[in-house]
Amino acid sequence: MSSVAIAPPRGNAAGLCVSSGQIARRVLRKFVRSPQLVIVGTVQGAMFLLIFRYVFGGAIPLPGTNYVDFVVPGFITTGVLFNAMYASAGMAEDMSAGLIARLRSLPIPRSAVLIGRALADTAIQVWGLAITVAIGFLVGFRLHGSWSAALAAAALVILFGFVFEWVFVLIGMVAGSAQAAQGFALIVFPFSFVSSAYIPVATMPSWMRGFAENQPITVMVNAVRTLTQGHSAEALLGHPTSYFVVRSLIWSVGLIAVFAPLAVVKYRRG
Amino acid sequence: MVLEVSFTLEATGLVKRFGNTPALDGLNLTMQPGQVMALLGPNGAGKTTFVNLVATLLHPDAGTLRVGGIDVARQPAAVRRLVALAGQSAAVEPTMTGRENVVMVARLFGASAGDARRDAAAVLEQMGLSDDADRTVRTYSGGMRRRLDLGASLVGHPRLLLLDEPTTGLDPRSRLELWDVIRSLVASGTDVLLTTQYLDEADHLASQIAIIDHGRVVAAGTPRELKRRAGRNVVEVRVRDLSALDRVAATLMAIGDGPATIDRPTHSVRVALGADTERVFAALRPLDDTGIAIDEVSVRQPTLDEAFLALTGAPKENVA
Repeated sequence: MSSVAIAPPRGNAAGLCVSSGQIARRVLRKFVRSPQLVIVGTVQGAMFLLIFRYVFGGAIPLPGTNYVDFVVPGFITTGVLFNAMYASAGMAEDMSAGLIARLRSLPIPRSAVLIGRALADTAIQVWGLAITVAIGFLVGFRLHGSWSAALAAAALVILFGFVFEWVFVLIGMVAGSAQAAQGFALIVFPFSFVSSAYIPVATMPSWMRGFAENQPITVMVNAVRTLTQGHSAEALLGHPTSYFVVRSLIWSVGLIAVFAPLAVVKYRRG
Repeated sequence: MVLEVSFTLEATGLVKRFGNTPALDGLNLTMQPGQVMALLGPNGAGKTTFVNLVATLLHPDAGTLRVGGIDVARQPAAVRRLVALAGQSAAVEPTMTGRENVVMVARLFGASAGDARRDAAAVLEQMGLSDDADRTVRTYSGGMRRRLDLGASLVGHPRLLLLDEPTTGLDPRSRLELWDVIRSLVASGTDVLLTTQYLDEADHLASQIAIIDHGRVVAAGTPRELKRRAGRNVVEVRVRDLSALDRVAATLMAIGDGPATIDRPTHSVRVALGADTERVFAALRPLDDTGIAIDEVSVRQPTLDEAFLALTGAPKENVA
């Protein structure tokens, strides 16, 4: 039996900042270089907005406000959910392709993979938000509150994106494949449609209204709606802006408190 | 600071279960520095599980596993600096270029931006990918992807490189190219632990082979030792005239250790002998007296296929 001297591992491996940054850069590169994702996502979002604005919109009478001013905040907020589907598919793909195995075998902080992805996906959310807002303005959406309130609305939407990132990354890890992740992600449909995003909940049957009024998407949409539309939206929804903003923040904290630890545990166990 | 270690890798009584199914069932294995060890075994033998334990992707249920003297269960972070993983369990990002992939892994190993670029260029050169370094990996062939994957794992200067079925699914030419690359690594002093289902791959690349079956090492040694342990030399005689085949077979049978195997299409007869080489000449002398025209006589060691069968008792179908 021979005894040899081996050199100690060289230097320190990448710290949390550098490694999260590298992972985020990879996720963004992947997004930017998959034009089908960027284009399909944008066109799909625009198409639905146009359909609701021009096809259904005329049949939905709203006292004291225009349908376009009502529905665009709904699209802006639920857009976060649809963009988050990309996060779950991406995470599932990385798991099944073995990229996560490689990253897990590297001497980097294990949290870097999730943090890097969350940063990149949030940046993608900002991009999606900008597109939806731009299309919204093109089809007649206008702000009826202060600019500072509008900026607060944008900040809230980005926060919601970060919140749902954890939910959808967890879904991606549990699903195991991109197709399965897309399937699981269909959960966004009941949450986005059975909410106040596209129509007032008042016309829904009472059992459904119970769900619609008390689920997070409705609260989040109404927060964005009252922040961008001011008094007319407050009058329509029957509560002041602060009512919705505070509740949406409580939901955000609650969802992160539940889903971020679950995602981290799932990632550690592999 | 210099670490004194005797083994690159040391596994004692290693157990890993998935549910109630043991993937590793008390595996013992020692790998010394300067070795290329091949883990050879059928699908489901526990090869990938073992590699994933060494790469700290899994946690052992019982037993100990040390890499460079460091306990994998206790100090996984330290082990991750010593090992690098490539093969079926690892991957590269298809939407990034070859260079971007390697630079990213180098940065994650802690290299500065400048060092990462320099190291990446060197690794890409070594892998024969310099000309394709700036194309996206999407456009690479399967063989090129495997070489890039290997390059990405080398950029962290690992002490021990883990190659999990590195050539599975490659065409024969890509396979030979990858073998060349692996051999050059070995020459430059990287210890390699590779898993394979291919006996010839283990034979060509490894200095040590451990045969794994049902989560245990059933035999270990150099390729030569395993073949010797499995058996006996084989004498093969090829005759010019097909009609003489039966007479030659009868003669060989008389001096051989078992039944002679006749292979009519190639005009040849095969028989196993005891380990003594002197007996080979004794075996051939009676043939000389018969006056039969003989084209070729060969004496060879058993192939690793034959050794594998003798050592595991598994039917050959289970090997591939």
